[in-house]
Amino acid sequence: MTRLLRRVRVWGARRLLASVAGLALLSPLLASCGGSAGASSGPVVLNFYNFPDPSGAVQTAANDCSARSHGRYRIIYQKLPTSADGQREQLVRRLAAHDDTMDILGLDVTWEAEFAEAHWIVPWTGRYKQEAERGTLPGPLKTAIWKGQLVAVPYNSNTQLLWYRNDLVPHPPRTWAQMLQVAEHLARQGKPHYIEIQGAQYEGITVWFNTLVASAGGSILNASSTAPRLGRPALKALQIMADLAHSPAADPSLANQQEDQNRLAMEAGTAAFELNYPFVYPSMKADKPQLFKHFKWTLYPRVDPSRLAAVTIGGIDLAISAYSRHRSLAFQAALCLRDRHNQLLAAVEGGLPPTLESIYAHPTKSFVAEYPFYKEIAYELRTASVRPKTPAYQNVSIVISHLLSPPSGIRPRQTLQAMRAQLVNALQDKGLIP
Amino acid sequence: MSDTLSLQAQPRVEAVRAPSRRRRLSEGARSERRLGWALCSPAAVIMLAVTAYPLAYAVYLSLERYDLRFPRQSHFVGYANYQAVLTSGFWWHDFLVTVVITAASVSIEFILGMVFALMMHRTIVGRNALRTAILIPYGIVTVVAAFSWQYAWTPATGYLAGLLPSSAAPLTNTWQAVGIIILAEVWKTTPFMALLLLAGLALVPNDLLNAAKMDGASAWQRFVRITLPLMKPAILVAVLFRTLDAFRIFDNIYILTQGAHGTGSVSILGYDNLFEALNLGIGSAISVLIFIAVGIIAFVMIRGFGTAVPGSENL
Repeated sequence: MTRLLRRVRVWGARRLLASVAGLALLSPLLASCGGSAGASSGPVVLNFYNFPDPSGAVQTAANDCSARSHGRYRIIYQKLPTSADGQREQLVRRLAAHDDTMDILGLDVTWEAEFAEAHWIVPWTGRYKQEAERGTLPGPLKTAIWKGQLVAVPYNSNTQLLWYRNDLVPHPPRTWAQMLQVAEHLARQGKPHYIEIQGAQYEGITVWFNTLVASAGGSILNASSTAPRLGRPALKALQIMADLAHSPAADPSLANQQEDQNRLAMEAGTAAFELNYPFVYPSMKADKPQLFKHFKWTLYPRVDPSRLAAVTIGGIDLAISAYSRHRSLAFQAALCLRDRHNQLLAAVEGGLPPTLESIYAHPTKSFVAEYPFYKEIAYELRTASVRPKTPAYQNVSIVISHLLSPPSGIRPRQTLQAMRAQLVNALQDKGLIP
Repeated sequence: MSDTLSLQAQPRVEAVRAPSRRRRLSEGARSERRLGWALCSPAAVIMLAVTAYPLAYAVYLSLERYDLRFPRQSHFVGYANYQAVLTSGFWWHDFLVTVVITAASVSIEFILGMVFALMMHRTIVGRNALRTAILIPYGIVTVVAAFSWQYAWTPATGYLAGLLPSSAAPLTNTWQAVGIIILAEVWKTTPFMALLLLAGLALVPNDLLNAAKMDGASAWQRFVRITLPLMKPAILVAVLFRTLDAFRIFDNIYILTQGAHGTGSVSILGYDNLFEALNLGIGSAISVLIFIAVGIIAFVMIRGFGTAVPGSENL
């Protein structure tokens, strides 16, 4: 062994050994920092980070817009992870590192305030703003505004309807109270009677609560998002949630259910009602053709018989990264990606409700075929409520979902008090989130 | 056995040499020493880059008000983040959950692991088949196993939930869910414990056991008086590794409950504050506290086992 070591010494390289080895190990890292700069005579590459779309509509739109730009830009569709949290995590990590290869960002409607406040996205002004606002439904447009500025352009939207079985319920209820009555009546007759709704400890239950509070005429936060508002409408909302949880209408798995578990329960035939997004419709059609014949829809039930329900909307808005090197082109490309042609494509192929008024006002044949419920959707999008708009939305939502799930644990007055106190902390971004 | 002996021998040699250390080394010895440094320096540099730097940076972040969403509000806050964490009910609840999971899973794993190790050690017929069978759970990816547990315990879809009364949803109840998490942990890592203990069993000389048998010691006496004491180093390694692992539990909880309904561990709490709330200050303070807790566990255990530490003077 020592002889071998001596021979190594003879080579004389030993002093350099450490540094050379170190460099060799670091070189892949250094190389990757170089980026893809270089001689590029072709079109500008715009990276479009968006949710992974299995239908292919997003990819088709990206190709279509690239072609229509006549060689000015080429849109590369970068697929984000499937879950909303995963998408946000990846976007935030890159933006926090000032990644200048991100141009167009598909943001969930709850992130606009956060991203704008952190100066990760740029406001829309001038003709881009005008074009973004023209013909856009008011509900989705509200999601893209933060502190009076348009910070994104609505790309698609989403809203829940009340789905029911007309073999069990010939006349759909208009209010929560009626729905509970009908369900309890069905339970007494021994028929399928569950009301399927999202009761798990996640953001979905925040959405349910937000819809109920807004439908009762209130809001979770004040207008400037500086403090909780809650009050009587929130108490009413908590009462409804607790009533459902303690009635025979509650699915035993309520505290574990997200949208997909609701869909499965409805398809299994144990439920009479389901509050869910339109994706349940094609799914029922494919999975249970027999039940599908009786699978109908109507507007989301009201809290107050004299007041329209204000259903919380979801969806994606497109924003332009503050670190993009091609902002102007990115604005143009984003507008193209969400124009009438491409929204219609996304709606028909991908099942995502559009944000342009004209698509609902002058529906095409294929749109009506895919979206027989388009009138109800458009109606709800006009009267929609949005989730609490604050950069601390994530904290707010976590506080709410932890207090409300399991719904059987809700004690309206105490829960309201606890919520008020915890929301104050969450808004100030003080302390921990659970 | 010879390995441990040579390990023990080293410090003594050093001790003898120590007084004469200042004596001038020969040219050959010096260049050999330089070569030694040169050969291990890349590893040292990389270790520093990938462990010491992030660790120091986490400590620094934990003293800052640093939220990714409010980059302009960043400033030094001293121990305020630690104060926020240590006065928070969420931290202490999750700490309790973590301690319960750690204590329960490690003790069950130790007992089961010992039984499995003895079985693997003693079996003569079908030894390979038995060892393979016992090791299967350890070979399955934790996330995959956690998903199957989750489906199994979900009402209406799972076969285990089907054994319960129809209104039961165990994953939504804090302590029932913690029980399921412990079950998933035990199922998954008992083979690891068994494997380490099996290595310890191999250290016990058969002559000693036979001699004790001749002297009339019962099987239980032989196990408690001879096997266990001789296995002490292996037990320490197995229990220490598993305790540290269990204390940092993340994946099983992340899949089974996402920490919902009060089932979060301290690691889940750290993750949520770092990656959901993007609060790097608070999140780093939690990470540093976990690091300190892990350090304390390791220290107490090594102290507790005293001289049984591998490489120490007496076994």
